[in-house]
Amino acid sequence: MSGDGSAPVVRIKDLHKSFGDLHVLTGLNLEVRPGECLGIMGGSGTGKSVALRHVIGLMEPDSGTVEVFGKEVAALSTKELRALRRRVGYVFQEGALVGWLTVEDNLALPLRERGKLSEPEIQERVAEALETVHVTGAGKNFPAEISGGMKKRVSIARALITRPELVLYDEPNAGLDPEISRSINALMREVSDKLGVTSLVVEHRIECLQRVADRVLFVHEGKVLVDEPTEAFFQPSHPRLRAFLGYQQEPAR
Amino acid sequence: MNPDSLPSWWPLLLTVLFAAALSHAIWNSNGPRALLEEAGARLVLLAAVFARLHHLPKRRGWLLIQVRSAAIGNLHVISLVGVFIGMIFALQAGIELARFGQQDQIGPLVAAGIAREMGPFITALVLASTYGSAMAAEMGTMAVSDELTALEVMSIDRISLLVLPRVVALAIVCPAMTVISDMVGIIGGGFVASAQLGVGWDLYLDSAFTSLSGLGQTIPIPKDVFGGLFKSFCFGIAVALISCASGISARGGALGVGRATSRAVRDATITIIVANYFLTWMIYR
Ligand SMILES: Nc1ncnc2c1ncn2[C@@H]1O[C@H](COP(=O)(O)OP(=O)(O)O)[C@@H](O)[C@H]1O
Ligand SMILES: [Mg+2]
Repeated sequence: MSGDGSAPVVRIKDLHKSFGDLHVLTGLNLEVRPGECLGIMGGSGTGKSVALRHVIGLMEPDSGTVEVFGKEVAALSTKELRALRRRVGYVFQEGALVGWLTVEDNLALPLRERGKLSEPEIQERVAEALETVHVTGAGKNFPAEISGGMKKRVSIARALITRPELVLYDEPNAGLDPEISRSINALMREVSDKLGVTSLVVEHRIECLQRVADRVLFVHEGKVLVDEPTEAFFQPSHPRLRAFLGYQQEPAR
Repeated sequence: MNPDSLPSWWPLLLTVLFAAALSHAIWNSNGPRALLEEAGARLVLLAAVFARLHHLPKRRGWLLIQVRSAAIGNLHVISLVGVFIGMIFALQAGIELARFGQQDQIGPLVAAGIAREMGPFITALVLASTYGSAMAAEMGTMAVSDELTALEVMSIDRISLLVLPRVVALAIVCPAMTVISDMVGIIGGGFVASAQLGVGWDLYLDSAFTSLSGLGQTIPIPKDVFGGLFKSFCFGIAVALISCASGISARGGALGVGRATSRAVRDATITIIVANYFLTWMIYR
């Protein structure tokens, strides 16, 4: 971890982003502290993915700042951005594994491209990563040949293989049935606890964040409305969040 | 219709129609500015590929795979098309030559026509429609399924990994396939020459190959063959570059991939035809 232990890993200040007339983020503020797993909850199309894209430097803010590891992402040179991205893992919603590479080659790709490790070392890391995500025996398969849950595991493994300090998850439960979702959530929790990786999880499924997050934010119309530890978050008092979570008039169960 | 009976404004009408069609095309392509920007982006991509040529040793595995699938996958198409092009050419030229009793000249005529023009041209068109479309679809699928973004996020050089091997592969395969289509084309012309025009095989082949062996002044290899192959080389690069670029810029799911693919084939075809004129002018003026 860079700097002193208490400095936030990600700090987003007053982030605004519009696409034409569509104001997606309207003053988003958040901090991710070292070692924690922060969940962001919000409906579809509220700009959760857009926020993540700012963190990894795929988009630039209209105004406001996004700092990762204490550096303002939009102000980095290409080289510095590359260096920053090497410290971050990104798990895409659809997995985004390279279709023409086997599972093993997908995992080895970032290491091979970086060219720092020898081939035996890479093989070792790949095997280790597959073990971490509890995938064995599918290494020689292509992504199209494995199940959705397996794909998600492999994409988590790919995000972890470079040993990042921060992992971003974009809707990790999307497209998975409840049982597989639970196992993926358990895996994410395991990664966060065992490897001590800081995590930022974007999801609209209650169960996922309940299981995985230490703290949850509720984003509505481009702003953070609620910021609570997980337990308290799911006993909501804010009317908008109550409506979102499906609580009617009766008090929280 | 007798040309004399056409009114004098006939060429003017043609010109106006042509101009109208052209402006319609430019209008539909989001204006000339977008067109220029697109062309500029492709030149930038070409420069980026050149700047990464030293990565080739590292990419030889992918290069080999691309070469193999581009060459072997299309060999039968090129051969079939090549034979028929040779036959058509011989037939058309033969009919005219026979009128003057000059059918003995069919060999050199077919050889030059194919080596200079039809071989490179048809090979590039076939590769654009078969392999170019496949490349655009592959890259487009990667683009719309976030795979390209994933590579970017992992700080992987996508041009070096994806575009470089494809461009170099077609720069090799296109001329190589042209040699094949030249050869089968000349042989196809021979079928027609011997079966339909009564020119002997020996005379045909002998005169065909003799005519091709005239060496160029600057480069001591047969000029017609070299000129054709140089064109092929350029066409190959253009096809790969255009296909990759339109694939990479695909957006919006399966529909976007479809659009990118058809745009790739369209643009490659136009580029081959237009570039053919300018390359021909450069080489043979
Ligand atoms: N690159 C873009 N160009 C235009 N509009 C975009 C772009 N990215 C996202 N949007 C729009 O921003 C809104 C928020 O998108 P997103 O962050 O993907 O939502 P979600 O919270 O479901 O992840 C959507 O309406 C989407 O259409
Ligand atoms: Mg999203």
